[in-house]
Amino acid sequence: MIKITFVSHDGRKVTVDARDGDSVMQTALTKSVGGIVGECGGSMMCATCHCYVDEAWLERAGVRSDSEDEILDSAVAEIRPTSRLSCQISVRPELDGLVIHLPAAQQ
Amino acid sequence: MKPSNDTEILDADPYDIGILSNPNDYYARLRAKGPVVYIPKYSVLACGRYEETRQIFGDHTRFVSSRGVGLNDFRHEKPWRPASIILEVDPPFHTRTRKVMSRALAPKVLTQFKQDFQETADRLVDALLERGSFEAVSDFAEAYPTTVFPRALGMRDTDARRLVDYGAIVFNALGPDNEIRRAAMAKMPDIVPWITAACARERMSDDGLGALIYAAADEGEIDAAEAALLVRSFLSAGVDTTVTGIGSALWCLAAHPHAFEALKANPDLARPCFEEVLRFTSPVHTFARTANVDSEVAGIRIPEGAKILCVLGSANRDPAKWGDPETFRIDRNPQGHLAFGVGIHGCVGQNLARAELEAVLRALARKVDRIEFDGPAVWRPNNAIHALDRLPLRFTAR
Repeated sequence: MIKITFVSHDGRKVTVDARDGDSVMQTALTKSVGGIVGECGGSMMCATCHCYVDEAWLERAGVRSDSEDEILDSAVAEIRPTSRLSCQISVRPELDGLVIHLPAAQQ
Repeated sequence: MKPSNDTEILDADPYDIGILSNPNDYYARLRAKGPVVYIPKYSVLACGRYEETRQIFGDHTRFVSSRGVGLNDFRHEKPWRPASIILEVDPPFHTRTRKVMSRALAPKVLTQFKQDFQETADRLVDALLERGSFEAVSDFAEAYPTTVFPRALGMRDTDARRLVDYGAIVFNALGPDNEIRRAAMAKMPDIVPWITAACARERMSDDGLGALIYAAADEGEIDAAEAALLVRSFLSAGVDTTVTGIGSALWCLAAHPHAFEALKANPDLARPCFEEVLRFTSPVHTFARTANVDSEVAGIRIPEGAKILCVLGSANRDPAKWGDPETFRIDRNPQGHLAFGVGIHGCVGQNLARAELEAVLRALARKVDRIEFDGPAVWRPNNAIHALDRLPLRFTAR
């Protein structure tokens, strides 16, 4: 099983089982993690699945694309170097243990 | 095309006027028959279960859009108009035009319209409350987007009737050469030249969404002719769809008074309420893809060249996905519904649609006490859109 830990803006941690091939956004919604809206369903249109990848996982999670960068500009929370759209991070075995930090607001 | 031997045959006409008006029985038959079925009447495949519809509709490498998203295969038949350079194209061409459109329609850009959307919705609801009884398709569903949308775009020319009818042409054109397609096409000589002229740069203000598209041409991202075609895409896809969304939202709330009570009690449910309206009514009921390679879905072989009708309306009513799909629940938050599509061709205007509908639903929640039918609702058959033709309603003030 691939485990992903979500850390809310006020420090609460929840670890869930993720399905290989799902996005991190889908995982959060399926497991009712909270803190992720994902309104557009993963079309990179809404910037409501904004997350911060834990520094330790940054390289393995991959870098954001140009179009991802552009839509992130619409996110309501602060954009940091670790900011990603969670719909653009694909769950794979090498991400077992991934830690994702969530912003205080998405909309 | 010839389907593989393992493909079940569905003897139905998805473009029958009766089915287009009341499609739910056809959806159930389609889902029951198999994940991908063959429809002999048009020599096409169709899918209507959630999982496979999502898979096929979202897989732009195997199932392309450049051969048209309707029944006609552009490889063999000429499109009725110069093809859309965002809807009816594949990457890498699509990537470039999509980027320009999604930037213009980003949430950040749209916040500037929020106030106008809300004030216009409030005024319209006030006026309809004065009247009490009205015909909601023309007086509300068409009136609202044809007011706020041309303003957001920065159009100097507006003509509500032509804007609505242009959408009907575009979407009916996706079906077979039936009565409704011919009726829509007969309006082309009046409407198409008007639309083309209205999209021109000199007919746009310099502070609307249209200007953002032309600015991308100045930057060299696209050329001027492409900019005009992208502005045309706003008009093809941005009017009839939101008209349908508003009509269907009103219909849902009139038919489900308890849902409207919940919305009145908590207007913040406006957004999830709209998502449920979309899932429940699927304004775009069917778009097609074309198999660009021989492949397989759910164990069924799909030959290159096959047209596949992706029946979004059916996927959004699949019990395997939704549990109780026939129940309208505004607290469902039906994430993953396919009303805006999925993947790289997911509706580029969905933020704008949500902004318009949020304003409308908030105005209703604050000002209206009861929404009641004032006569029978009549659906308007269209080859790709499931929309109301007439919706007599009565509003009572809070």
